[in-house]
Amino acid sequence: MTVSTTETLAIRSGDDVVRVRQRVRALAVDIGLGLVDQTKIITAASELARNTLDYGGGGEVRAEIVLAGTRRGLRLTFEDRGPGIADIEQAMTDHYTSGRGLGLGLGGAKRLSNEFHIESTPGVGTRVMIARWK
Amino acid sequence: MDRIPILKLGGVLIVTIQVDMHDRLALALEEDLTTMIARTGARGVLIEISALEIVDSFIGRMLVSIAAVSRVLDAETVLAGMRPAVAITLVELGLELTGIRTALNVERGMALLKARFAEDGDGFGSDRDGLDD
Repeated sequence: MTVSTTETLAIRSGDDVVRVRQRVRALAVDIGLGLVDQTKIITAASELARNTLDYGGGGEVRAEIVLAGTRRGLRLTFEDRGPGIADIEQAMTDHYTSGRGLGLGLGGAKRLSNEFHIESTPGVGTRVMIARWK
Repeated sequence: MDRIPILKLGGVLIVTIQVDMHDRLALALEEDLTTMIARTGARGVLIEISALEIVDSFIGRMLVSIAAVSRVLDAETVLAGMRPAVAITLVELGLELTGIRTALNVERGMALLKARFAEDGDGFGSDRDGLDD
């Protein structure tokens, strides 16, 4: 698997969440995702960007266009240096929330993506990767 | 600060969301709508979202909250014009729009509200206070 494009966007405010959505939309169009797939990856990105902001205290997302054989995909890696998640399994559960959200962010983002990976260390931070393939 | 315009047509407040919603805009809309309901005695709120490319849980929460507050103020909320791709995504995300009626488009949304007013024995388009503003 090779990476053809990489860019990093900061997530420090609500406006940045909007910017992440717009950039993800442009990249999803670039790799030729259909309208429903575009909508899914943009929505997943929006959920994770908001998590990064609300729970991680801000951070960044790395957006990459990846190639595997003839397939193209969009991979997004959200990273923060926030408090981390002690119990990932619990955090993945729908309607579980430690804050003011609906608790659909992580589980929802996973359902909307083809690939999902999360790692988190309490006191260090959280990294969530999602990918959607054409 | 940017604000989303609210139109009043008879007893219905109509809002068309045509911009990418950010936090402050969402909060301002909720505040403006509830203020308008109280001031005008509107019985219905029609939110038109055909321009929205996504509805994530943040926007969903805002819509649910507007509907809940409106209900307390005796106004029903109808969400109209959701794009099919947004509907598919919303279901997969697991977001339930509790307390919100949905309609395919504005026309059907207005018909829904009209039916509710008729049930209540209330003429369509009339304000509760009978004031014409």
